[in-house]
Amino acid sequence: MNEIVLEHLEKSFGDHKVLLDVNLTVNKGEVISVIGSSGSGKSTMLRCINLLEEPTGGVIKYKGDDILTLNLSKYRTQVGMVFQQFNLFDNMTALENCVKPQVKVLKRKRDEAEKIAKEYIEKVGMSAYVNARPSQLSGGQKQRIAIARALSMNPEVILFDEPTSALDPEMVGEVLDVIKNLAKSGLTMIVVTHEMAFAREVSDRVIFMDGGVVLEEGTPEELFGNPKMPRTREFLSRYLNG
Amino acid sequence: MNFFVQVWQIVVKYYPHLLKGIGMTLLISLVGTLIGLVIGLLTGVVRTTPFSKNRAVRILHKILNGIIACYIEIFRGTPMMVQAMVIYWGYAFMNGGQTLPLIPAGIFIVSINTGAYMAEIVRGGIISIDKGQFEGAYSVGMTHPQAMLHVVIPQVMRNILPSISNEFVINIKDTSVLNVIGVAELYHVAGTIKAMSFQTFQTYAVVCVLYFIMTFSVTRILRGFEKKLSGSKNYTICGSQSDPAAEIHVKGEAK
Repeated sequence: MNEIVLEHLEKSFGDHKVLLDVNLTVNKGEVISVIGSSGSGKSTMLRCINLLEEPTGGVIKYKGDDILTLNLSKYRTQVGMVFQQFNLFDNMTALENCVKPQVKVLKRKRDEAEKIAKEYIEKVGMSAYVNARPSQLSGGQKQRIAIARALSMNPEVILFDEPTSALDPEMVGEVLDVIKNLAKSGLTMIVVTHEMAFAREVSDRVIFMDGGVVLEEGTPEELFGNPKMPRTREFLSRYLNG
Repeated sequence: MNFFVQVWQIVVKYYPHLLKGIGMTLLISLVGTLIGLVIGLLTGVVRTTPFSKNRAVRILHKILNGIIACYIEIFRGTPMMVQAMVIYWGYAFMNGGQTLPLIPAGIFIVSINTGAYMAEIVRGGIISIDKGQFEGAYSVGMTHPQAMLHVVIPQVMRNILPSISNEFVINIKDTSVLNVIGVAELYHVAGTIKAMSFQTFQTYAVVCVLYFIMTFSVTRILRGFEKKLSGSKNYTICGSQSDPAAEIHVKGEAK
């Protein structure tokens, strides 16, 4: 079943066209990695899917419905997002970060919300830090809590916007491990990333974006092993040759 | 030391008046600051809310923003003493000589004046919060009002507390201008005592010290409150990547 479909998606900021014509179909349970150089429109595409940016053209469908016709708040609880800069609520503890949205948006009872939150915090290996504030946590720890926060809403899809780009190399591993485990759990995921090894290992499909369009897509084996487009080859060779 | 004896006599003889004056000054400045803060929060939230896509709502919002902008410019751009006269006697003019009761009038004037300053303080506070805090809130399905209430405003309050206490201190001093409409705050009381004792310098010396004690105590109390809010916990670094049990405790942590 098609979970998310992008049809001729366009986005421009003033005269600057970032997305020209993006077409993409994401199936339920699929893990998709989006790679490409900076400025190719990867993050903008992701932000459009979550409606943090409003598309200037084209249609985004969620389970067959145009997302602009859906209840925005409800849609966002089903399509969660994890940011490069974590965006944890600075005024709350790690636990509260995961509890508050459940109570306020999903109207869950506090006890129930806490139970769910703790479950996911444990899943990301952060149980020791439930009462820590974001300012007390390292980048990798913050990102793991941010993932737990997204999971606590029981979304069907999670969008990852360069989840490890703000982390130092030592912390990247702990976050990627969490995402890898999620990939196995059947959650639909779109991951914008610069971690090629990760994309290759985890994804069902890899998308290469360039200049505001999807230039090439395929299985990791196809895209990394035998890229068709010269631009893809050029991009990958830079990564693979260091 | 004739001067000190005279000062002491003023304190002893007129302390009930002085205490009443202090009480009135603190009451008006405290309530005025709090109401001003509420005005600031409301206007700040309205002015930082993104425009709606609905045309009617958007036009209404723009009109409201315009009214708020006028209010801020007018009340920041004129002296509070003049505002007091205009509001107090303007009300009397329009109601056939019937004047407002003094204490509510005083509170109203200080509130509305403080509100104009608070509006800018709060707006600045909201703008200074990282956009990511809003996006984080939106991404879990919170609406703009929910994001404001649960995520942004609590952080804004902590950040603007120094400015709020600044406004409070200014108000303690500036309530003195309310004596033009006859509110019996400390400065007004000083005038009465002066008229009874004929010791102008001594009287105002006492009042001067009293004002300083009030502002100094308020500053200290709010400073303590600020420290409590920012919390010594901020100096703790939890954990390392290799050892989740590791915790580095930095000096000054309460534990």
